[in-house]
Amino acid sequence: MSAVRAAPPHHRRTARTAADVRASAHVCLAASCLASGADTVLAALDDEVAGRGLADVEVKRVGCLRLCSAGPLVEVAQSGQLFEHVTAGDLGGVIDALSQVRPDRPRQVSTRPFFTRQRPLVTENFGRVDPESLDDYVAADGYRALRQAITSMTPAQVLGEVTSSGLRGRGGGGYPTGLKWATVAKATAPDGVKYLICNADEGDPGAFMDRSVLESDPHRVLEGMAIAAYAVGANSGFVYCRAEYPLAVSRLRTAIRVARRAGYLGTRVCDSTFAFDVEVRLGAGAFVCGEETALIASIRGGRGTPRPRPPYPAASGLAGRPTLINNVETFAGVPWIIRHGGGAYAAIGTPRSTGTKVFALAGRVRHTGLVEVPMGLTLREIVFDIGGGVPDGRAFKAVQTGGPSGGCLPADHLDMVVDYESLKEAGSIMGSGGMIIMDDTSCMVDVAKYFMDFCRDESCGACVPCRVGTTQLWMLLDRITRGTAERADLDQVERLSSTVAAGSLCGLGQTAPNPVFSTLRYFRQEYLAHIDEGICPAGVCSISEAHA
Amino acid sequence: MTRLGRRPEALIEVLHAAQEAFGFLTRDALADIAEALQLPLSRVYGVATFYSHFTLEPQGRHICVVCTGTACYISGAARLLDAIEADLTVRPGQTTADGLLSLLTARCIGSCSLAPTAVVDGELHGTLTAPALLSRLTALQP
Repeated sequence: MSAVRAAPPHHRRTARTAADVRASAHVCLAASCLASGADTVLAALDDEVAGRGLADVEVKRVGCLRLCSAGPLVEVAQSGQLFEHVTAGDLGGVIDALSQVRPDRPRQVSTRPFFTRQRPLVTENFGRVDPESLDDYVAADGYRALRQAITSMTPAQVLGEVTSSGLRGRGGGGYPTGLKWATVAKATAPDGVKYLICNADEGDPGAFMDRSVLESDPHRVLEGMAIAAYAVGANSGFVYCRAEYPLAVSRLRTAIRVARRAGYLGTRVCDSTFAFDVEVRLGAGAFVCGEETALIASIRGGRGTPRPRPPYPAASGLAGRPTLINNVETFAGVPWIIRHGGGAYAAIGTPRSTGTKVFALAGRVRHTGLVEVPMGLTLREIVFDIGGGVPDGRAFKAVQTGGPSGGCLPADHLDMVVDYESLKEAGSIMGSGGMIIMDDTSCMVDVAKYFMDFCRDESCGACVPCRVGTTQLWMLLDRITRGTAERADLDQVERLSSTVAAGSLCGLGQTAPNPVFSTLRYFRQEYLAHIDEGICPAGVCSISEAHA
Repeated sequence: MTRLGRRPEALIEVLHAAQEAFGFLTRDALADIAEALQLPLSRVYGVATFYSHFTLEPQGRHICVVCTGTACYISGAARLLDAIEADLTVRPGQTTADGLLSLLTARCIGSCSLAPTAVVDGELHGTLTAPALLSRLTALQP
């Protein structure tokens, strides 16, 4: 166990030109590695390299190296060797690997399935660029797409590429991004003002894709936003970010400041007449603010209460103006699409779910961390080939996707392909990308109760079905986990779940019963064991004395 | 206040700044903010109580936030909370009688690979066991 400040100290070694560098040690400085002591590793490695007089070795601060469970992580870039659980006192392996790098040897990459099965597009700069260095981002083709869009494409052409890419909203809804952009592009306000919002209110528990993108490659999000703004005709943008992510907020603010100074944001973007600037707005801990109308209310300084749609924000959003809202991963995918073309993006994935998706793999799986894969891989490939399966000899029980709006899929669904349609058909959703693996120590009734507890607590209270329904559902589920429920209670759970799903105002309430639906569909026996026999098969619930 | 602009839209930013400065939002602070932003006090109070980040109660000298996100939940976040309650007689949302420690929970702090996690005075701790967290908390200086 170790600890760290929210932001590491800014000590830097003298910059070298690329030609002087024979070997580079990339030290991951994303939140998880920092929490495991990455900043002390960085300082020790700096000292060690300086002390040994290794003038041609570079120690570089980089974003997420993906294998978060094994942090602190250090990669020797030229040989592709990844060092796990590195400590300041034991740097011998890293130093040896650095000294073995020869300039005449070709650059090598890792052969581990955790990495080889991935297809990094959104995360292509992860572990390679320094998230606080604009120069580094630019050297990795950064802001090239923005310059290309502004100087040699019309807004309609940019829109055309995004449409033909088939990109769909990565926040969870899966709405076609090109269509959303086109609606905003066509919309008009009397004063001509349009807004753009990046939704970085990553509220699903168990999801940390957006945090990682903001921490590891913040300029990429800004570039995607600026390209979108050019395509739809917006001049002002906001990033609405969770206050729980202090490191992401600080790196984003740094990125905005230097991008503005370098002319990638501001009144003359890339020396053109196009103006676009970005402000950060902090959330304050409300899950419902991930819903776009609630988010807009919150940006305006109010309670994050949703309102009925239509009108959709694309027609009437922030301050009543046409507003484009996409999430972090969606915007971060845009620069690649502009650089390589919509067709190249559409060639990846499945016909209706194109491109790649970033997942946050966590829970009872050997390798946890950040995973970007082409759409259409099977759950088994993600959980077992990439994730390495369930540790400690336990049995896989379920994979939970989509957070409180999603569901739990059992082992017989492992060969299902992962795309928007398949997941929905199976009773879950793609969601924003949280993927939690559960083994036989998890009780599915308790899991359903956990998510219902989340939703009843986060319900904003504006509409009755959600405010009252989620509380009633939680009480019924609680009764089942205590072994005091009857069969009639289960019928009541099913009826009430349908009412809440059908009658709620916004996505929070409409999807709140999904974990109940999916666990009832695949794990009904577990509910019945609690009710009929007073047994929790997983041994999680404390069944009351009355039943025993 | 000047830096953030005296606009009603700045309310949440101002509340963030006030809480950071004073540790919690006092009644007087809310009234001052309402006057400065020319908003009804009810609106300021409504916003301050809507968001879980804001607190209207004084906090302890140290703050422990236990993450209750999905990964932490299946990895035993409840065991951490139970152990703290048993040992330090404080439950989530409460402060110990001596004012030393406030215990809070978070929906998810996004460090799921290190589950279960807790943040003590701004420092993130991962792969926690109940004894490890308790020894850290009992070592906190008044």
